[in-house]
Amino acid sequence: MSYFSDIYKGIKTLLTGMSVTGKYFLHSQKGGITQQYPDNRETLKMFERFRGEVVMPHDVNNQHRCTGCQKCELACPNGTIEIIWDRQVDPETGKKKKLIEKHIYHLGMCTMCGLCIEACPTDAIKWAQNYENSVYDRTTLTRVLNKPGSKLMPGVED
Amino acid sequence: METTTINNNFKSEEYFINMGPQHPATHGVLRLLLTIDGETIKKVEPDLGYIHRSIEKMCERDSYQQIVHLTDRMDYLSSNINNEAVCLAVENALQIEVPERVKVIRTIIGELTRIASHNLWWGVMGMDVGALTTYFYAFRDREMINDIFEETCGARLTMNYNIPGGLMFDIHPNFVKRVKEFITHFKTKLPEYDTLLTNNVIFQKRMRGVGMLSKEDAISYGASGPVGRGSGYSCDVRKLHPYSALDKVTFNEALRTEGDSFARYEVRIQEMWESMAIVEQLIDNIPEGDYQVETNAVIKLPKGEFYQKVETARGELGVYIISTGTKNPYRLKFRSPGFSNLSLLNHIAVGGKIGDLVASMATLDLVIPDIDR
Ligand code: SF4
Ligand code: SF4
Repeated sequence: MSYFSDIYKGIKTLLTGMSVTGKYFLHSQKGGITQQYPDNRETLKMFERFRGEVVMPHDVNNQHRCTGCQKCELACPNGTIEIIWDRQVDPETGKKKKLIEKHIYHLGMCTMCGLCIEACPTDAIKWAQNYENSVYDRTTLTRVLNKPGSKLMPGVED
Repeated sequence: METTTINNNFKSEEYFINMGPQHPATHGVLRLLLTIDGETIKKVEPDLGYIHRSIEKMCERDSYQQIVHLTDRMDYLSSNINNEAVCLAVENALQIEVPERVKVIRTIIGELTRIASHNLWWGVMGMDVGALTTYFYAFRDREMINDIFEETCGARLTMNYNIPGGLMFDIHPNFVKRVKEFITHFKTKLPEYDTLLTNNVIFQKRMRGVGMLSKEDAISYGASGPVGRGSGYSCDVRKLHPYSALDKVTFNEALRTEGDSFARYEVRIQEMWESMAIVEQLIDNIPEGDYQVETNAVIKLPKGEFYQKVETARGELGVYIISTGTKNPYRLKFRSPGFSNLSLLNHIAVGGKIGDLVASMATLDLVIPDIDR
């Protein structure tokens, strides 16, 4: 007898469970969270704090805020950032001053920990929100963050 | 004469079978060496090391700020709680008192992490015993927590939001609103979990009385977290040694005495309710104040040994730092909950069938990178 009552109970709890799935089947619009990626690329917006990659913003005069202090290079746990710098004579004061030649960033090694951005005293680098980082050739993941011919924004060091 | 030979040929024999390292039920690269007789398990030997990244050795190289981001990659489902553990250890060693605001935010985020982790576990648990639907329902609700994390911390899994001395940045203005939305949402959804899976007779038949673990064995194997509490071993670090803002909240420790797979399942479901209660108590009165205290750019711990334990979603995580007074630890040892919990798998699986092994392993809620480190 318990054989049949077990079958009955099993089917009953199955149907109870299916009442939940059935409810969502009929009201599939309500509470649906599936993102129709990549069809929604135009409208998909990441949160402003999203860690996509490290970038260095430049203003209209092609000037950045990086002084070459190397704090980000030191803060980085895995050598993702390399700073190549040089001492150059400042035309205004005539003194020698540390300036960056290249701020190299290996996106492929970055763990997105955010320590470099925390460490930067002049807010020269920040997060960009792009998320499509896959490439065919990994050498393209090594980027020079300061644009060619860019200069240090005046007044940053004060 | 003929018949006896046939009978001899049908003599049962023990044999080995490899489960994993690439097996969906091991949830990662864990290899189990099973000795089985027919379908009855005689012995389970876990073979580790497939995802060993020498995190403890790397910690000896890194500064204390840098260590935090490595702990994200151990038990990636409780990454915020792991971060907190290292930060608390460093703060205690330096005798820094972090602002109340930081403590409350850390606790809220920690409990949300716990809900998200149990949520994923529930989905996978259903999947392991053959109910694929649960996976989608769990991910629907977990998505909301991930969005909260993404908005405030900037990442969905490896947040690295805690730093020694506080938080990396303040919470996002939408944080409180979103957390409240989530709590209201999840309160209506968690009962659905029971309708869908817990009350199902087939599911209960697979869980009840399977994978028995007595309280004595739980203690002697060093079980912690829901695995220990499912056997009636009261081991919640949040109750015994409250850290951050956990001494200000009231909640019940989820305890079951049965010690079977179903008890461990129920503990986790109840813990989701309790975590929601903790978040509710704190979310309305996050104190004003700073979100970090200034620490030196180069943190040097005083000479000595420091230990801090926290309750992650899987159990007790201990951080043991030996410092010689330099900017790196001399040795850093993580006592990970998954490793001790895995050690009792052989004990609870022997004598059962392969299907039961999968079910009881799912209730241990193993995260392999946490075991290997
Ligand atoms: S985010 Fe972390 S890993 Fe990436 S460059 Fe900055 S410090 Fe290095
Ligand atoms: S990016 Fe910031 S921290 Fe790095 S070298 Fe430039 S100024 Fe210094």
